[in-house]
Amino acid sequence: MTDTNYDLVIIGAGPAGLTAGIYAARARMNVLLLEKAVPGGQILVTDWIENYPGFPEGISGYDLAEKMKVQAEELGLKIETTEVQSLNISTDIKEIVLKDRTIKAKSLIIASGASPRKLGIGEDKYMGKGISFCATCDAPFFKEKTVVAIGGGDTAVQEAIYLTKFANKVLLVHRRDELRAAKILQERAFANDKIEILWDSVVTGMDGLFGIENVHIKNVKTSETKTVKADGCFIWVGILPNTEFVKDTVKTDEFGFIIADAKMQTSVPGVYVAGDVRDTPLRQVSTAVGDGAVAAISAEHYIENL
Amino acid sequence: MAENIIEIDDDSFEKEVIQSDKPVVVDFWAPWCGPCKAITPTMEALSETYGDQMVFTKVNVDENPLTPSKYGIQAIPTLIFFKSGEIAEQITGMVAKEKLEETIKGIL
Repeated sequence: MTDTNYDLVIIGAGPAGLTAGIYAARARMNVLLLEKAVPGGQILVTDWIENYPGFPEGISGYDLAEKMKVQAEELGLKIETTEVQSLNISTDIKEIVLKDRTIKAKSLIIASGASPRKLGIGEDKYMGKGISFCATCDAPFFKEKTVVAIGGGDTAVQEAIYLTKFANKVLLVHRRDELRAAKILQERAFANDKIEILWDSVVTGMDGLFGIENVHIKNVKTSETKTVKADGCFIWVGILPNTEFVKDTVKTDEFGFIIADAKMQTSVPGVYVAGDVRDTPLRQVSTAVGDGAVAAISAEHYIENL
Repeated sequence: MAENIIEIDDDSFEKEVIQSDKPVVVDFWAPWCGPCKAITPTMEALSETYGDQMVFTKVNVDENPLTPSKYGIQAIPTLIFFKSGEIAEQITGMVAKEKLEETIKGIL
């Protein structure tokens, strides 16, 4: 094989990509990690992580991201800030098209993560003016105010609890009659006086002159509608894969998450996937880190056998 | 490095930002905000490159509540680009260096 710039290119510097980078750097592979925004991924907007082993008191998402980045860089991993435009991966040489150039690699790991799903209820209009996907960034702006939080999973419940440190009242709107979140989080939410859960309900819209003033809520069982006064609306209703640049180059599931085997190999030999962008039953820092390690070692073995 | 970025407060905002001859970017941030810390290296790098044409500033929203409230800021990090005292561009959330560089070039 001739004319490649790198043994391995990793796309995305969240926990999966950084871990893959750590393993690849230690394997002395010629590796480049590409990140479109800033290293860390979704944990940057996570207030507190208490299910990642090794931190018995918990750790802030930012601190964990920073530690992973420093560890990778100290091992010699190069991280470049640039957004991948597209991929040409049908031949042995994997081409990664960037804005200013195209780079060639023997192998590729897609670890581009996922982004919060939107509901189309006015998020764009009120983004930064009451709509938020990040409690740790924006909760203090809602000191002694009423906010709506949407969702019923781990993120929604954990962040709703965090919101109560600032807000007077958090209305947790959930479309079912039970929460999906871990039981320990449910217990904390139920015990919190500031959290009121609106079961079987969805938010249908919002209004306000400069920012959010009213949030419209509908009960899906009774079809009853009501309007609540609220200054903010935090949305945690799942995620969508960041795969715009991947298009149809690898096999995905119906939602666009990339399908891989136990070695993290995608439908294309030499192309691996790790972390939240993968079709996987659980999306945690701990699972992303495991994916990243497997993907890097698989890429190393693949290159050795070329 | 960081000394290219001027720390301003509610009192100095009018003079340093509104009355500035050069375009000014204001980074509204707080110590508790992870993404704010995460974009700091990007802002520092850009201030190295564009510091002679644009004034790079930051406002701690915890210590200076008046300015963010005046501009209706309810999310950080928020970057506001001012030109002749008027808002030229406003970006909320984590943003890539490439996009920021495009914004800066568009304003200069």
